[in-house]
Amino acid sequence: MPLNRKDLLGIEPLSVEEVNLILDTAKAFKEVSTRDIKKVPTLRGKTIINLFFEPSTRTRTSFEIAGKRLSADILNISASTSSVVKGETLIDTARNLEAMYPDIIIIRHSRAGAPQLLANICRASVINAGDGAHEHPTQALLDAFTIRENKGQIKGLKVAIIGDILHSRVARSNIHLLTKLGAEVRIAGPATYIPVEIEKLGVKVFHHIDAALEGCDVVMMLRIQRERQDKSYLPSLREYFNLFGLTPERLKRAKKDVIIMHPGPLNRGVEISSEVADGPYSVILEQVTNGVAVRMAVLYLLMGGKYEEVVS
Amino acid sequence: MDAVTMDRTLIRIAHEIIERNKGVQDLVIIGIRTRGVPLARRIAKKIEEIEKVSIPMGILDITMYRDDLTAVGPQPIVRQTNIPFRINDKKVVLIDDVLFTGRTIRAALDSIIDLGRPKFIQLAVLIDRGHRELPIRADYVGKNVPTSLDEVVEVNVMEEDGKDSVILIEEEE
Repeated sequence: MPLNRKDLLGIEPLSVEEVNLILDTAKAFKEVSTRDIKKVPTLRGKTIINLFFEPSTRTRTSFEIAGKRLSADILNISASTSSVVKGETLIDTARNLEAMYPDIIIIRHSRAGAPQLLANICRASVINAGDGAHEHPTQALLDAFTIRENKGQIKGLKVAIIGDILHSRVARSNIHLLTKLGAEVRIAGPATYIPVEIEKLGVKVFHHIDAALEGCDVVMMLRIQRERQDKSYLPSLREYFNLFGLTPERLKRAKKDVIIMHPGPLNRGVEISSEVADGPYSVILEQVTNGVAVRMAVLYLLMGGKYEEVVS
Repeated sequence: MDAVTMDRTLIRIAHEIIERNKGVQDLVIIGIRTRGVPLARRIAKKIEEIEKVSIPMGILDITMYRDDLTAVGPQPIVRQTNIPFRINDKKVVLIDDVLFTGRTIRAALDSIIDLGRPKFIQLAVLIDRGHRELPIRADYVGKNVPTSLDEVVEVNVMEEDGKDSVILIEEEE
């Protein structure tokens, strides 16, 4: 069953079958990263461009390694060192890159919808690596993969997403994906960080972390963005930690085999204590490992591959 | 070919492998997904019954190594390669159900060589139907079946299809 899409712009439009196809494919690609020679020739000769308008460590490196392990030619363009600085528009940037015949463009941008704009004008496949607060589909996919590896299946699990939901594309993509796969999604945070009417996405809203954690199978912590502190969302980071920080004591309310997740980067002592982040329930680094496998699967599936079946 | 004949053929192939390699020292069996895998399991089991020694067995998925990813047809699903042992200096016997153009075996060879440096690689197939597009040949053949290009060789194995058989089908015009 093929992935009949040119682009991966978000989780919302994906069907459950498509999601399962990506996750099953990722499982096969995970093995490649454990070999001595971490390379397969699958995307040999394909050109992939990482076009990042916002900083990134994990996502960009993860996509770069994923592309390289598939033998593709992958290059990085950082907006701060490109002609965007001279005032070149997004559309012009895209058209100029298209003229060099890339196969895939991976874009991270501060404005929601930028990847869609690119997808409309480019022949190349476009992957959304994060657009504003809208979506970050590959993050949600690797989170789902990680949950599956630890819990078997997602249906029926109680998942709590805690933190700055308002500004979080990771939260939104995860809400779409986890509800699609039948999990019970709870979100928690200070009222200033909870979007209005978010219950309409099928989530339960909590204003106290203890209630949200009760009986949880999965806890996903989101970064409190220190750089936004001047806008008065919180009285102080310390008060946030006191009321919403994930500590070992608070964690006792969750199930005994709970797993702790975080998209990174961590703010130790703000949304999560070091003890929990580095403790036995944390799968934070597994998420990073799985990110490469999931991104390899996405790159592979978008490059389509149809084949004349050699009948045996 | 019916189930009984298939079984006898696999027994004969198992004996040939032992004979040609003068025993099973350093021998490993690798089955190519999908139907090469159950055949590989059976051959490995038969060798174990004869030689009273267990033989390491691995599963190879060659989808990542195909040379035709952008040709026409449905998307191949990538499944896991699972070779839980080192293959350096081992005698690898690859098993597949049908040898046709040879491109699957070419992909399998590239895949194995990326995993290590075996002492040598031999190939055992249940059916050789001719029409090679690459200079590839099998060391052990269950049955040679000359075919025309519009015929289809359908191999069924109990583990995948619920029965053991090999049928030659002529494609409708």
